[in-house]
Amino acid sequence: MKKSLKQLRHLLDSKQVSAVELTQECLKRINDNPNSNAYITVTEDEALSNAKAAQEIIDSGEAKPLTGIPAAVKDNICTSGIKTTCGSKMLEEFTPFYDARVITQLKKQNYVLLGKTNMDEFAMGNSNRTSYFGSVPNPHDGERVAGGSSGGSASAVVSGACAYALGTDTRGSIRQPAAHCGITGLKPTYDLISRQGVAAFSGSLDTVGFLTNSAEDCAFLISALAYVCGTMWDALSDMKGIKIAVVKEFFPDDLDSSVKQAVMNTVTELEKAGAVVVETSVPTLEYAAAASFVISSAEGVTAMSRYDGVKYGLRGEGYTYDEQIRDSRTRGFGMEVKRRLMLGNYTLIGENYNEFFRKSLAIKQQLCREFDEVLDNADVIISPTTASTAFKTDEVINPAKLYSSAMYSVPANMTGLPCVSSPCNKAGMPVGVSVTGRKFDELRILQIADYIEKAVSV
Amino acid sequence: MKFYPTIGLETHAELMTESKLFCGCPNEFGGSENNHCCIGCSGFPGALPELNKKALELIIRAGFALDCEISRFTKWERKNYFYPDLPAAYQTSQMERPVCVGGGLEININGENKFKRLNRIHLEEDAGKLTHEGNKSYADYNRTGVPLIEIVTEPDFHSSEEVVAYVEKLRRILQFADICDGKMEQGSLRCDVNISLAPENSDKLGTRTEIKNLNSIKAIGRAVEAEITRQTEILESGGKIVQQTLKYNDLTGEITPMREKADAFDYRYMIDPDIKPVVLTEEELDEFRSRLPELPQARFERYKSYGISENDVKTLLSEKVISDFFDNAVKTYDSPKSIANFIVVELLGRVNRGEADMEKLPFSASDFAELQKYVDEGKVNRDIRKDILRDMLETGKTAVQICDEKNLWIKEDTGAVEAVIDKILAANPKAVEQYRNGEVKVFGFLMGQASKELKGSAAPATVKNILEGKLKNA
Repeated sequence: MKKSLKQLRHLLDSKQVSAVELTQECLKRINDNPNSNAYITVTEDEALSNAKAAQEIIDSGEAKPLTGIPAAVKDNICTSGIKTTCGSKMLEEFTPFYDARVITQLKKQNYVLLGKTNMDEFAMGNSNRTSYFGSVPNPHDGERVAGGSSGGSASAVVSGACAYALGTDTRGSIRQPAAHCGITGLKPTYDLISRQGVAAFSGSLDTVGFLTNSAEDCAFLISALAYVCGTMWDALSDMKGIKIAVVKEFFPDDLDSSVKQAVMNTVTELEKAGAVVVETSVPTLEYAAAASFVISSAEGVTAMSRYDGVKYGLRGEGYTYDEQIRDSRTRGFGMEVKRRLMLGNYTLIGENYNEFFRKSLAIKQQLCREFDEVLDNADVIISPTTASTAFKTDEVINPAKLYSSAMYSVPANMTGLPCVSSPCNKAGMPVGVSVTGRKFDELRILQIADYIEKAVSV
Repeated sequence: MKFYPTIGLETHAELMTESKLFCGCPNEFGGSENNHCCIGCSGFPGALPELNKKALELIIRAGFALDCEISRFTKWERKNYFYPDLPAAYQTSQMERPVCVGGGLEININGENKFKRLNRIHLEEDAGKLTHEGNKSYADYNRTGVPLIEIVTEPDFHSSEEVVAYVEKLRRILQFADICDGKMEQGSLRCDVNISLAPENSDKLGTRTEIKNLNSIKAIGRAVEAEITRQTEILESGGKIVQQTLKYNDLTGEITPMREKADAFDYRYMIDPDIKPVVLTEEELDEFRSRLPELPQARFERYKSYGISENDVKTLLSEKVISDFFDNAVKTYDSPKSIANFIVVELLGRVNRGEADMEKLPFSASDFAELQKYVDEGKVNRDIRKDILRDMLETGKTAVQICDEKNLWIKEDTGAVEAVIDKILAANPKAVEQYRNGEVKVFGFLMGQASKELKGSAAPATVKNILEGKLKNA
């Protein structure tokens, strides 16, 4: 019984279900499913008291769109009085005394917080295996990864352990797990949702977004939280007048055939529904993954440098400051974070700055130009979300290959464009198709994603 | 062989903004530890910086005052290093695109004007403060994030006199433009000095050393002298200068190394992804320019045009607070020369004796001006001006209140003066007798008695005339 957010709103407002009942149902699913490892912290008591407070608001007829609807929040989004670990031993005991701005917005609507979801450590990873709190199995196949870094949020949505989840996306961290888990993931336009209070990984790429059961739910959330382009949500019955771009570099030879087939099938369906397909090219795309990796790692260096165990976080042992922070960081950070810190520092030192970092910024700019040009001639771009379906949890993958596999998702981060991933196949491990649009054109890409979800994946 | 010093300066000036550079915390000196802090300036997860527009205006103002070029596009970088006074382990500073480029100022050495070039001025955040007690160290982040401008000169200086003249002038300009309060003892203005020595007539510069954190003008002059002497001695004895960062102890005059700069630390500068580059429009610059306060040189010319002596003008301009006080006083009573005289002779006399503090005067410039006005109009005796001023300082009362209470107004009513004198003459028949017998020296005694009784409420000339008349005609 998966209800859309709109349906839940209706059920709550018409008193067919109470916020407390809804919350209890979610908590039951969390408790019934202890192996999902979707949550790092479950805030059962707060959730129930939030739900009671929300119900009073609903009873008074003052309900806002998200009042009383239970949500899961990725554990790098600060929640006052509730542990925010970033999936790291470094912050295992860290309880912020402040809310991220998006949480403040949600609280103003009397949302219900169920808990904080599992994630790759400091969002550095795409399998959820780098979490200090363990990996998250894929709900469709427990031997496979849920994806990451917002793996816990994706898993919670799939199992109905929340009505929707917040995630963050730096190189695909919302869309990739959404694709692997067969749900919808929206990375909005860069900075559309405030990053204030969201532990930074890479400030120029990090974006707060949503993992939901449908594109329509994403539209519901965007309208409730971001007030984008005045249009009201309105599902499209066909694709007439829509121009979709297919960028050839998004379909390289090593793209998994099941993914390629599902995505091309989606394009065909859209075309049948009246869309005009424009075949085009983004030559710089082949450098996008590497450049985004350099930028995110370099920015990650400075974002991580505040974790010294002095002010908060794992307190290291040692007589001097240097000894103390060395111990704190040695024990507090996992391998993947350390690897990225090494790589990030490498790209900034001496002449490497020009060789790697500056060049990557230039690639970022060039990508923006090329994508703008594509979107001058088309409404949206249709592409695969990932190179393959979810891989096995115990599969050993060369980190370089893992980093470059973000080629499909990173362009939206590099360009700041909104991008939604929707499931686009009926059988087998889920495949995600991405719809990328112009800045602040969230509702448009969601209309097309909604059409895909209804026409292709059901 | 004679050696010729070449010196460059980096001056850090804290800006007089109400809040810090990237958060809303108060920019105030002092306060209990870690009390002017938030998640931003304490480096908590998720905090995002927001550029303080006032700080941007003040650095641009400094650029105007120092004839710099203002960058129309400016951005910030992170300077990465671990240090306990730096909570995010990077300082947000400017590398590639500082707000101000070039510029400079003219100093006067023994009557000769010399132009000293600036390289750049950039806007960055200050670090916190550490205190050490035994084997414990404490970090105070109150100063973390305080807006700071770094004014970097070209290596244009060749003596301590030039350096001192430059810092004095720079400090005054920053103070008068309301950019920095210039309180060196509180660290709001501090200098790093780079010094190298080369044989005279050599076209190459020698190895340079850097003396950090000099926080008084006298210390800067003495440190430069000491370092020139130290390097000269080393070079004359055939030694080599080591490139290093030095510390100067102004109490002992000692120079000691801070840290070796052998393998220069790589700060891994990186553009700050959270601070959008600023594009400045001509309209904004015009607006900032319209708010540039009158600078010392312009005030100097204006004061001289009032006919005030050059020495007094210099005294008035020695501190902004004095100059502002003068300007405000003149607004109330438009007699610049007599106001200037009253300030320089009486008020600053008391300030210099420690009886008054220009920053905390209990009366306004307008009250002060009124007193001078009464004196000039003959309503109050000039001789008691200083006593009334002292009363004003001690009691905080206005001149009018004091004159009313103590009956100090000069009485135009000669009848009242006559009555007082009649009383005195009646009480001193012996003195009157002596005067009439030709002992004119008792006139002074009688005059004194009258003045004492009248408490300055009558002009001395009036008293003298009436007294003389009565003695002669009695």
